[in-house]
Amino acid sequence: MDQSQSTTLQNQLNFHDYDTGGFFDELIDEDGHARPGAELLIQRIDELPDQELLQRQQMAERSLFRMGITFNVYGDDEGVEKIFPFDLVPRVVAAAEWERLERGLKQRILALNLFIDDVYHDQQIVKDEVVPEVILKSAKSFRHQCIGLNPPRRIWCHITGTDLVRDKDGTVYVLEDNLRCPSGVSYVLQNRFVMKRSFPWLFDASHVRPVVDYPSRLFSLLEHLAPNGIETPTIAVLTPGVYNSAYYEHSFLAQQMGVELVEGRDLVVRDGFVCMRTTKGFERVDVLYRRIDDDFIDPKAFRADSMLGVPGLMEAYRNGNVALANAPGTGVADDKVIYAYVEKMIKYYLNEEAIIPNVPTYVCYDEEDRSYVLSNLDKLVVKAANEAGGYGMLVGPHSTAEERAKFAELIHANPRNYIAQPTLSLSRLPTIIDGRFEGRHVDLRPYILYGEDIYVLPGGLTRVALKKGSLVVNSSQGGGSKDTWVIASSPDQIPTSQPTNENHA
Amino acid sequence: MLSRVADAVYWMSRYVERAENLARFVDVTHNMSLDLPPGSDQQWGALVFASGDQEYFEKTYGAATRENVTHFLTFDRDYAGSILSCVHAARENARSVRESISSEMWEQLNEFYIAVRDAAQSTPLKTPNAFYQHIKNSSHLFVGITVTTFSQGEAWHFARLGRTLERADKTSRILDVKYFTLLPHVQDVGTPIDDLQWSAVLRSVSGFEMYRKRHHGITPKRVVGFLVLDRQFPRAVMHCVDTAYRSLHAITGSPEGTFWNIADKRLGQLRSELAYATVDEIIGRGLHEFLDSLQVQINEVGTGIYNTFIAMEPEDHIVA
Repeated sequence: MDQSQSTTLQNQLNFHDYDTGGFFDELIDEDGHARPGAELLIQRIDELPDQELLQRQQMAERSLFRMGITFNVYGDDEGVEKIFPFDLVPRVVAAAEWERLERGLKQRILALNLFIDDVYHDQQIVKDEVVPEVILKSAKSFRHQCIGLNPPRRIWCHITGTDLVRDKDGTVYVLEDNLRCPSGVSYVLQNRFVMKRSFPWLFDASHVRPVVDYPSRLFSLLEHLAPNGIETPTIAVLTPGVYNSAYYEHSFLAQQMGVELVEGRDLVVRDGFVCMRTTKGFERVDVLYRRIDDDFIDPKAFRADSMLGVPGLMEAYRNGNVALANAPGTGVADDKVIYAYVEKMIKYYLNEEAIIPNVPTYVCYDEEDRSYVLSNLDKLVVKAANEAGGYGMLVGPHSTAEERAKFAELIHANPRNYIAQPTLSLSRLPTIIDGRFEGRHVDLRPYILYGEDIYVLPGGLTRVALKKGSLVVNSSQGGGSKDTWVIASSPDQIPTSQPTNENHA
Repeated sequence: MLSRVADAVYWMSRYVERAENLARFVDVTHNMSLDLPPGSDQQWGALVFASGDQEYFEKTYGAATRENVTHFLTFDRDYAGSILSCVHAARENARSVRESISSEMWEQLNEFYIAVRDAAQSTPLKTPNAFYQHIKNSSHLFVGITVTTFSQGEAWHFARLGRTLERADKTSRILDVKYFTLLPHVQDVGTPIDDLQWSAVLRSVSGFEMYRKRHHGITPKRVVGFLVLDRQFPRAVMHCVDTAYRSLHAITGSPEGTFWNIADKRLGQLRSELAYATVDEIIGRGLHEFLDSLQVQINEVGTGIYNTFIAMEPEDHIVA
C-alpha cells in the first residue's frame, strides 16, 4: 500500500465522525460521548494507528482459524467448517446495568424452573387460569414422558442462555429463554482469550470481570447432580457428533472440564445403568451434560427413528441411575406462545414484578391479538412457536407482499403456532467494516447456571448482524460475535491473579 | 478410555505416519529419477504398482509419468491414499477427539492440513524437495508434540501403536518396491551394484548415516538386514514391531511374553518371528515373499486390535 493510501486510512478508524444513525449505540451516546465504562476503550482505540488495529483484527481472525475454532453449516457445499466471524470492538456493560440484569435473569430462571416443575406435576398455574390449558396442551415441546419426574432438588433447567435485546429507547428485553441446549459459551471464552492477547493493557485498566472459570463452575454443577452416594462421578458431555453445528463447543467444554465426550453410539444401558464402551469393557456414566434435543435422546421414549440417542436412557433417568442436564421436558417453556406468559409466571410464583420485561407479544391464538397481527403484518415480526435459529420467521418491514400473504395464510391455518412482536430497533455497536467503523445491530446472550445457587456468568455472547441494516444475528445467517466486557463495580470482583486459559496459555 | 476415542487416536497417528512415508516415497523417486536418462519412467510405474491402485490410476491419469504420479500420490483429493487425503483423514480423526488430545497436537495437525491444502492450489510444485521435506518435518513435529504434551497413558500408547505399525508396514514397502526396481533378478544378489541407488533407498528412510555407522560398505543384503532386522534404527521393521509390542502390552496390561487377547497373540508371534530371523533366511525364502507375508501379518495385528478394543461386545471381551 502506498503512502497516500495509508494516510487516508489513518483517519478512518476512530469515533470522531462515527454515526449512531439514530439507534441506541452500546458504546457511544447520542452526543457522541463514550458510555460509562467504555471511556478508556474509546480513547485507546482513537489513539491506535489504523494499521495496528486492523493488524490486530487480522491476528485475531488468524488465531481463531489456527485454533480451528469453527462451526458447521448445514447444507453448505463449500466445506462444512467455518470460522464464526469475530469483531475486535467489544460490547461494554456498566456495573450498575449488569447488576440489574443479573437480578432479572436470576428471577426469571427461578420462575421458569418453578413453572416447568409445576406443568409436569399439579399444573396449578393452569388450574388458577394464569396460563390457558389449551396453550399448554397444544405445546409441541410438552413431553408427557416427563409427567411426574422429580429431578434432584426439583431443578430442571441447569444451563440456560437467555437472549437479551435492547430497543431504541434503551430498554432491555428478554427475547428468548433457550432452556434446552443453548450454545455459544465456548465463543465467549475464546473471544475473551483472543481479546486479552490483542489488548492486554486495556483489560487491567478497564476492570473487566473474568469469564474464564465457566468450565469449572459447569463441572461443579454437574458433579453436584450425581446420583446419591457417588463421590467421584463419571461425567460426560453427550454430543450428536462431529457434524453437529456446535460440535466444536461440545468438544471444547469436555476438554476444559476434563470429562469424556461421548456420542450415542458410545453408550448402552445395561442392567438399568448407562455405560460407555471403553477399551477395558463397559464403564458406568453418572452424569450426562447432553447436547442432544429431547426428541433424539432415547428412541425408546421419544422419536423411534433417532440414531443419535441411547435406547433406555429415559428409564435409567427416571430410576435415578443417571443425571441429565438439562432435564428432559424443559423445552415446554421455550414455546414462543408460552414465552408470552413469563411475566405472569414471575408474578404468580414469586409475587414479584419482572425486572427484565418481555418483548410485547401478540398471541395469534387470541382472537383480538390475531386480528391486530393480520392487519399489521408489515410492522411486526411473526414467529413460529417452535422454530429457532432465525428460521420460520417473518420480519414485516423487510418483507414482500407475497411473504406476508404466505404468513397470513399460515396464521389462519394454525393460529396456536404463531406469535408476533413489534419490530425492535436493536441497539448497535461500532464494528470494523471495510477498514472503518460502522454501526451494526447486536443482541446479548448471558449464560446462567442453576445448581447449588443461581450463577450468571459476567459476560456473554454478543452476536452481531454483519450485514448492513440486518437484524438477524444467527451464526447460520451471516452473524458474527464480539467479546462482552462486564465492568467490575469493586476490585474484589476481579481475582488478583486471574487464572489463564490453560488451553492456549 | 472410550473405544471410539482409542480408534480415532490410533488412526490419527497412522494417517500422519502414512503421509510422511508417502512423502518419502515420492521424494526419493524424484531424486533418483534425476540421475536417470530423460524419459525413463520405470521408477514412477513402480510407485503406482506399490500403491496397489493401478486400475484407478490408469483410468484417471493414463501414463505413469513424473507429473501424473506426483499428483496422484500427493494431491489427489479423490484418492484416499494421497498425502492430502491422509492428512485430511488424520485431521478429521483428531477433530473427533479434540477433547482427548492436547490443544497443541490439534493445532499443529490443523496447520499441517491447511498447508497441504494450500499447496494443492498451486501445482505443479516448484520445489518438490522442499515440499516433501516440509511434510516430513510436520510429521516429526506432530510426533514431538505428542511426546511432549500428551500424557503417556492408554491413549498415548494407542497413538504410538498406530504410528509404529504403520511405519513397519511402510518401511517394508519402500524396500519391496526399490528392491523390485533395482534388482529384478534374484541371481543379482551379491553382485556389485550402484552404490548411489542403494544409498538413495537408505536416505528415503533417513537411514543413510545410521547405516554407515553400523555397516560401512553398502551391499543389498546388509541394507535388507538393516531395514528389516535392526533393533535400534527407529524406522527398521524390527524396531517398530518391538515398540508396538511394548505399547500393546501397556494397553492390555498382560505380561510380556504372554497374551490375553488376539492382538497380543498376533503381535507377539510376529515379533518372535523377526527376533529369530536372519537376513540369509529372508533372502533365501525370497525377499518379496517375505515382505508380502510381513505385511499380511501386520494387517492381521490391526484387525486384532480392532476386534479386541474397538468392536468390543460384552460377551467376547474376555478372551480365553
